[in-house]
Amino acid sequence: MIDDSRPIFMQIAQMIENDIVDGVLSEEAQVPSTNEFAAFHRINPATAAKGVNRLVDDGILYKKRGIGMFVATGSRAILVGRRREDFYEQFVRPLAREARKLGIDAEQLLAMMARESATDVDHAIVTEKEGAL
Amino acid sequence: MSIPIVQVQNLSRRYRDVTALDGVNLSLEQDKIYGLLGRNGAGKTTLMSILTAQGFASSGDVQVFGEHPYENEKVLSRICFIRESQKYPDDFKPVHAFKAAALFYKNWDEAMALTLAEEFQLPMKRRIKKLSRGQLSAVGVIIGLASRAELTFFDEPYLGLDAVARQLFYDRLLTDYAQFPRTIVLSSHLIDEVANLLEHVIIIDKGRILIDDDAENIRGSAINVAGTGARAESFAAGRTIVHRENVGALVSLTIEGTLSPAERREAQELGLEVSPVSLQQFVIRKTLDAGAPLERASTGAAPVKTAGTPTRTGARR
Repeated sequence: MIDDSRPIFMQIAQMIENDIVDGVLSEEAQVPSTNEFAAFHRINPATAAKGVNRLVDDGILYKKRGIGMFVATGSRAILVGRRREDFYEQFVRPLAREARKLGIDAEQLLAMMARESATDVDHAIVTEKEGAL
Repeated sequence: MSIPIVQVQNLSRRYRDVTALDGVNLSLEQDKIYGLLGRNGAGKTTLMSILTAQGFASSGDVQVFGEHPYENEKVLSRICFIRESQKYPDDFKPVHAFKAAALFYKNWDEAMALTLAEEFQLPMKRRIKKLSRGQLSAVGVIIGLASRAELTFFDEPYLGLDAVARQLFYDRLLTDYAQFPRTIVLSSHLIDEVANLLEHVIIIDKGRILIDDDAENIRGSAINVAGTGARAESFAAGRTIVHRENVGALVSLTIEGTLSPAERREAQELGLEVSPVSLQQFVIRKTLDAGAPLERASTGAAPVKTAGTPTRTGARR
């Protein structure tokens, strides 16, 4: 949840972004009000509003006067695009560094990735079946 | 939004050989939640007492809602000050304290007071004198919330309240504030508990304002770097080191500023552990090197003399 690593408004913005990327918040869906965010996360309402407004400025959310905040169409694609750009720095580099430390070479690393992708597919099939039942 | 409702200029308060407040300049804006933080004897209660006309300044100027608060009914009726140890008349029961508050505060919400009394499990018909410390605190907390005064001070309002009751207070404060925005000043030692509720933070130390900044600016304004001595030191070279802790060959440094992604990577590659600094840690770091002996500090914590000054919630009428 909320931690001390970064300003809270950034964490709120990130949580909403996560929900959009994960599909919890679909495009054109209404986002909880700043007071709801504040009560739920036990944070100052002005801080919650700052986080939400950041996404409004960014074009990820938009305001409907007197109704609330909504997820803009096309926002998911924008967010996914940004995350892909960060993916190398955020995930691949630390992974490679740790692998080097442990003496895992590139080939072994690739094999692991292949194995992980395979289990991922299995997992996807299972959930699909469950969904069908 | 940024209308100052409290303005303090060069305020000092001296008691014989103790300077409780030393040239304080301050302004409070409308509809914000402030945290007034500092050690015992730092001057928090003295400052709040003067702002609410329950204590006197030695020098300097105080304006609340654009006027001097002293003997000023117009100003005082818009202020609620919940003291750590509020005194009530001997035969008062919570129900009487609420009635007095209802007469005094024009925004008083009786229904809310009764709901809160139930939530805090406050015995309404027991004499306040006979209440437990936590129940006494609950009386203050309820009056502070239900009065909905435009300017509300809570001075360490939680004494004796258990964790559940404190959380209840924070939650009710937040939801009611969201519905009825007003200026709230929260003085607290339990900084971690209230940190996320605050919009603005004022840290006071030995009678002086040390920090007066948005909570969000303070969050992430310092960072801990820990690791083997030489590596941590070389990484922190050229930065302001707020605090240093040595344990054997390991050192933990609190440095000012934030780390860029590149610096964060560098720290990682050096095997250094980077961790955030909470508001509470930040306050401790900032006020730790106070240097003054503790006894001296506690002298200043002596309650402000308010003899003859009517209490905000007592037998005002």
